[in-house]
Order: sequence, then C-alpha cells, then structure tokens
Amino acid sequence: MNHDKPLGQALREQGVSRRGFLKFCATTASLMALPPSMVPAIAKALESARRPSVIWLSFQECTGCTESLTRSHAPTLEGLIFDNISLDYHHTLQAASGDAAEAAREAAMEENKGKYLLVVDGSIPLGNPGYSTIAGISNLEMLKEVAEHAAAIIAVGTCAAYGGLPHAKPNPTGAVSVEEIIKDKPIVNVPGCPPIPVVITGVLAHFLTFGKLPELDHLRRPLAFYGNNIHDRCYRRPFYDKGLFANTFDDEGARKGWCLFKLGCKGPVTYNACATIKWNDGTSFPIEAGHGCLGCSEPNFWDMGGFYNALSESTMDLSRTAAVGIAVGAAAGAASGLLNRRKKSKAEAAHETVTVKDLQREEKS
Amino acid sequence: MNSAEFLLWVRGPGLNIAMVIFIIGMLIRLLEIFMLGRKQNLAELRGNGISAGLRTIFTRSTPADKNSMRRSMFTFVAGYGFHIGLFVVIFLLMPHIQLIQSLLGFGWPALPTPVVDLFTVIALISLMALLWRRLTHPVVRYLSTPQDYLVWAATFLPLLTGYMSYHHLWFPYSWLLGMHILSVEFLLILFPFTKLTHAFTLFISRWYTGMMAGEKGVAS
Repeated sequence: MNHDKPLGQALREQGVSRRGFLKFCATTASLMALPPSMVPAIAKALESARRPSVIWLSFQECTGCTESLTRSHAPTLEGLIFDNISLDYHHTLQAASGDAAEAAREAAMEENKGKYLLVVDGSIPLGNPGYSTIAGISNLEMLKEVAEHAAAIIAVGTCAAYGGLPHAKPNPTGAVSVEEIIKDKPIVNVPGCPPIPVVITGVLAHFLTFGKLPELDHLRRPLAFYGNNIHDRCYRRPFYDKGLFANTFDDEGARKGWCLFKLGCKGPVTYNACATIKWNDGTSFPIEAGHGCLGCSEPNFWDMGGFYNALSESTMDLSRTAAVGIAVGAAAGAASGLLNRRKKSKAEAAHETVTVKDLQREEKS
Repeated sequence: MNSAEFLLWVRGPGLNIAMVIFIIGMLIRLLEIFMLGRKQNLAELRGNGISAGLRTIFTRSTPADKNSMRRSMFTFVAGYGFHIGLFVVIFLLMPHIQLIQSLLGFGWPALPTPVVDLFTVIALISLMALLWRRLTHPVVRYLSTPQDYLVWAATFLPLLTGYMSYHHLWFPYSWLLGMHILSVEFLLILFPFTKLTHAFTLFISRWYTGMMAGEKGVAS
C-alpha cells in the first residue's frame, strides 16, 4: 500500500466513483449532525488527506470489532476508507509478523511522532502482565509506549472503552479500559460489541476533516452517534407506551412485534445509533430481529442483572434477601414483643394496690 | 462512578440493603403491636367484633361523613388525589409490576403508561398543595414537626424522579433512573421509623376501632 497517495486517489483506483465518494461524505455529515454546508469541506479534507498514520493495538479482544469493520458482506465505502488509512500496525491484518511487525510499529511511531492516531481494541489486564502479550511485550507496556506520542486515542469496542467482557465479574485478569490507564491524551470511546462500522469511520472522518475529535458525552462517546437512546428511537416504542408487551419469545405479543421490556431489553439505558443507522447496510437491528437490546455500548453491560431480566428488576436475588429479612425481622420482632410482655408482667407483679387505709395513713402522718 | 456503575449499585446492593431494613423494621414494628396483648373482655358481647372490624377497614375509606368533608374540602381532595395517584403509580405501572413479579412470583395487568403519567401529575400537584397548606395554615404549621417535612420529601422525590425519568427531563436517563431507584430506597429505609408506617398500621387501628365498637354493639 502506497502511503503517499491521497485518500481520494486511492479510492478512485479501487473503483469508487466521485459520486459514491460524495454520497459517503454527505451521509457522514448528516449522521454526525453537521450542516450540509460541511459536505464539501469533508470531501475536500478526505480527498486530499494524506492518511494519518494509524497504529491499531489489539489487546484482550475477540477481533469482532475488526471483523465488524472489515468483513461486511460486500466491500463498503467504510471498509475501503478504513483500508486506505495508513494502517501501519495491526497485527491481525498486516502481512508482516514477529520482529518485522514490531519494527514497522516503531518506525511509524518515530516517523509520525505526536501525529499518529492510536486505535485500541480490547481491554488491558493488570492482574498479571503474562495474561496477554504481543511479541513478548505486555499489553500495559505497549499501550503506554505507543500512547505517549499519539495525537489522540480511539478506544474501539466496549472492551477498550469500558473493560467489556474481560472486565465482567469476577474479572479474572484484572482487565481495565484504556481511559483508566492513559490520563493525559484525548480519548474517544467508540463502544459497542461490536460498534457500528460507520461510527468508527465517522470518527476517523471527523478527525481527518477538522483535525480534532468530535464532541463527546459524559462517557467520552461521540454525541453524534451516542446522543440518542435506543428506547426513544425504537420503532416498538408505541407498544411500550400503550402497555403492550411480549411475555415470551413465541407468544402473540412477540409475533405482533410488541415491546420487549419484560424480556430484558436494555434499550432505555442504552445510548447508541442501532435504532437509526441499523446494521448490515441498514437492514435491521437486534430489536427488529425480535431480541431485546443487551446494552452493549454501556459500561458493565455483562453485569446488568441478566440479559433476560427486565431493567426494573434487581441485579441480585431480591427474593432471597426478602426471605432473610423476613426470618430476621420475625425473630427480632418476636424477641422485642416478648421483652415488652415480660416488662409488662413484671410491672403488674410489682404493682402495689393502694387501699383507702394507705391513703388515710398518709393523711395522718 | 459513572452512570452505569451507579445504576448497577442502586439496582443491586442498594435495593437489597433498603429492602432488608424495610422488612426487618416493619416486622419489628408490627409484631410489637400484635404482641402487646389486651385485657380479656369480660362483658357480654353485643355483636360480632370481627365482621365490624373488617367492615370499618373499608368504610373509613369512603367519604360517608359529608359534614367533615365539607369542612375540610381542601385536605379531602388533595389527600385523596395524592393517595390514589400514589397507589396507581406504585402498583399499576408495568416496570413496577415486573419488579413485584420478580420478587413474589406473580403479577397483574398494567395500565397504559400515559394514564399512569396522569396519576403521577395528580399525586405531585396534590403533594405540593398539601405542603403549601402545611406552610401557610397557622395551626397546621404549628403542629408540624421536622419529621413531617422529611417524609414529605421522601415521598415527593420518588414521584418527581420517576416523572423526570419517563419524560427524560434535564439529565441522561440512566442517571435519572438511578436517582429514582435511590430515592425509593431512601423511602424504604425511612419507612419503619417514621409516620410512614401508617400505610400498614392504619388498617390495624381501623380494625381495632371497629371491633371494639362491634363488640359493644355500637356503630363504628
């Protein structure tokens, strides 16, 4: 891959028409809630972009995020743009391996010091450096080394953004997210398990166009994609409001496409673009396929009390807690009641009857 | 702590701690009352105390006494508005029923969410009106203790945060839902130790009054 070729030229050589390219720019602009007047700016910036050097580090992950982006059913523009950014190091995708791969990473870091983008997928184990290594280098060490001179970091996927699956209880490897280690660099979280491909390229396009990262929410997610709640944008929302719910996955409600809240849908607390952008070229998204949202773009989504338990249920066994409470409360209440009774009978026993005689004696004295 | 961790805590450990305190506290309060014991009634019974007691539990909820109703119309309307609204919100909103079902193993049909929303507004307005009266009426204000204001706030907050959650007002939904559950936990913990216990003891004292009157053969 020729590193000096501008992105526009590289895309044209792969058969992408100017029209198709502009369409992508317009879509990206509208997805990111940018005004239409920004489309030429995006096109111009992407067209002439010299493709910033990108180093992609994969730690404790399943490669699903890379798969999501690169193995779409047909080669998409997002995929092509991704292919054409100067991906200097990605040990899953690159041809080189071993020392040669590490040499490429070091060369890219040296050449683009302070300018390269660092993309991370996967969480970082703090328990034992030996849990996950690349070329004998621990994940923690490699992240710190590469992050030091990076212009910005994009944490792709929930593992890199919030710890994800490896971070789930009991977190045997002591997995943490990128932002828990790197504190002094601009970080964008692009969570999802995996994230929507266009969200990854959207963030890259924003960086190429404006030279800075997009506006972020309180969990460092780009607001343009994570600003909306799945529940609010869900086409099944009217059923929630009407009180029509599926009780099982094959009852009348499920067949009629009613709300999946009772079956554990985490849409109300999940911020992502699934309900609007959808998956597989806008075909559908999990709820449309009849399954509740797992909340995969939220921190700790594995520990949200069971995928099939409603959001309003406790994440712990509340019935057991209640049973323990009843047993202890009954015992304590009975003990207290008995103590009161004893006090009462003691008082009754100690009670001295006042007779007329007693009163007369008092008068005399 | 981010919103997800906060929500996780209030739905898990927080809710369980509050539930244990509520159940143990209420059982102690109720068992103490039930085990007080009464002196044996040596007088001849003039009627069935049990049926009179049961009847009184219900008849005291109906506005049978037109005179006192006319005299305190404001308390009557706001009081009923609040209590009915609160009952509908707690027991007829689907997510609440789902929680009860996970706890008890059975549930019942829910009302459409916008209907529950209307009752929430009724309850909120009634509570605010009652607070306004407590603050402006010289006698009620004189009789009010700090606990009255505390339990007012503890009841108002779950309604307000629930309303805000449903309408996504001002804060991200995850935070609002977390605040809503936390405010309910606060209410549950205060419950056994404040006048909020009247939600349970009310029926005991009504039954007792009715039974005593019934055994004496007088109307209750």
